[in-house]
Amino acid sequence: MKNVYMDHASATPVHREVIEAMLPYFHEFFGNPSTVYDMGSKIKGVIEEQRAKVASLIGAKPNQIIFTSSGAEANNLAIKGVVFAKQKKGNHIIISSIEHHSVLNTARFFERMDYEVSLLPVDKQGLVDPDRLANAIRPETIMASIMHANNEIGTIEPVSELAAICRERGVIFHTDAVATVGNIPVNVNELNVDLLSLSGVSLGAPKGIGALYFRDKVRLMPLIHGGIQESGRRGGTENIPAIVGLGKASELASQGLADQMNHVEGLRNLLVAGIHERVDQIVETGHPDRRLPGHASFCAAAIEGEALIFMLNAEGICANTGSACASKALKTSPVLVAIGIPPDLAQGSIVFTLDSSNTVDEVEYVLDKFSFAVEKLRSLSPIWREQKAA
Amino acid sequence: MKFIKNQKADDTLDLVCRMCPLHLLEPGEKLACLNKGQVLEVLTDYDGALEDIPAWCDKCGQEFMGLEEDEDCYKLYIRKTK
Repeated sequence: MKNVYMDHASATPVHREVIEAMLPYFHEFFGNPSTVYDMGSKIKGVIEEQRAKVASLIGAKPNQIIFTSSGAEANNLAIKGVVFAKQKKGNHIIISSIEHHSVLNTARFFERMDYEVSLLPVDKQGLVDPDRLANAIRPETIMASIMHANNEIGTIEPVSELAAICRERGVIFHTDAVATVGNIPVNVNELNVDLLSLSGVSLGAPKGIGALYFRDKVRLMPLIHGGIQESGRRGGTENIPAIVGLGKASELASQGLADQMNHVEGLRNLLVAGIHERVDQIVETGHPDRRLPGHASFCAAAIEGEALIFMLNAEGICANTGSACASKALKTSPVLVAIGIPPDLAQGSIVFTLDSSNTVDEVEYVLDKFSFAVEKLRSLSPIWREQKAA
Repeated sequence: MKFIKNQKADDTLDLVCRMCPLHLLEPGEKLACLNKGQVLEVLTDYDGALEDIPAWCDKCGQEFMGLEEDEDCYKLYIRKTK
């Protein structure tokens, strides 16, 4: 049996070069960067080198990067940090209806504190309409947070246009770019954003590390009060090996990105065409063109996505039904609901996220096993039999 | 405490939302980038800075010019003297 990993939106393998770069910081250079002796100051310098590498990947300045423990923490820091810092300005936050739970639930947290949250709808392909954003802005709007690309349906939002609207109206704009950094070119100046979250998970860095970009003059109330780490914006002794890992992964991510995009897009197109050829009553979700290059997402009629995942798993294939965080909840994905997929069809959600390590052989293997699994599950499905009979 | 108004500054250091002891660490770094005679404006919402920054200026030989209360923070002015 083969092992085929096509769930790179949930996690990526840590690059060997990244592991090698990290190793000295577990044992040889283990000191605390806040200390004044040589080992401490050397490690402090190493952190700053990594900050510069992460900044360079997204076109930022090193002093605009805060290291966090994850993309979720970066999203929390962006929203809570800005809202608490600007609470005198107003009580209104705008997000889209397809945000990751770390944005959605942070907004809900503020709703419990009597803030108002506007949830912008998306169209059937998952796009936020810039006019709707413009209409949602009020004098008391503090900020808007709209993701760069959606991890479940792959749609890439018109972030630069959305951010420009906010900039013109004096509203802080944050984007969750966890799904895009390392997969497509991301430049904070071209996107025109005030804040941007990224994560090591999707970059070939270890889990447990992320970063937040913030534009000059954006004030952030820390989530974690503590010492002088991260210029007082995030207390706690730094996770040096992980920071080194993120720095190295950022350096690698900026090399050969165009080739990687071509490779995964080719494989994705092969996968999509093959699935449509072999499986009937299956719809592709997300935008046909404005989407992540290695992302293929579908909803199959009369299929339970979880059952499909288990059958693929038995054949050594790792794929997902939606976001890694939500797939165990056995609840219809709010993202699929937001793009108008009927609840029964949304149950048959499956997401493949490819990267440069995947091959044509693997795609062929997945196509064989996938079409067999769908056929098998449908043969057991009374809904499918009823549909066929009708 | 000396209060001043409409003081012009050559650079600004925004420490609003950031806690002790950043107000004692970052002014020195920022002043290092200024020329002698230039003025640094420090924005802070930390009350302790009102005592600490003048004392820090005395200790480091910089001139504390005074402060202004703004809507959501204090503005403290330091002239680089060395």
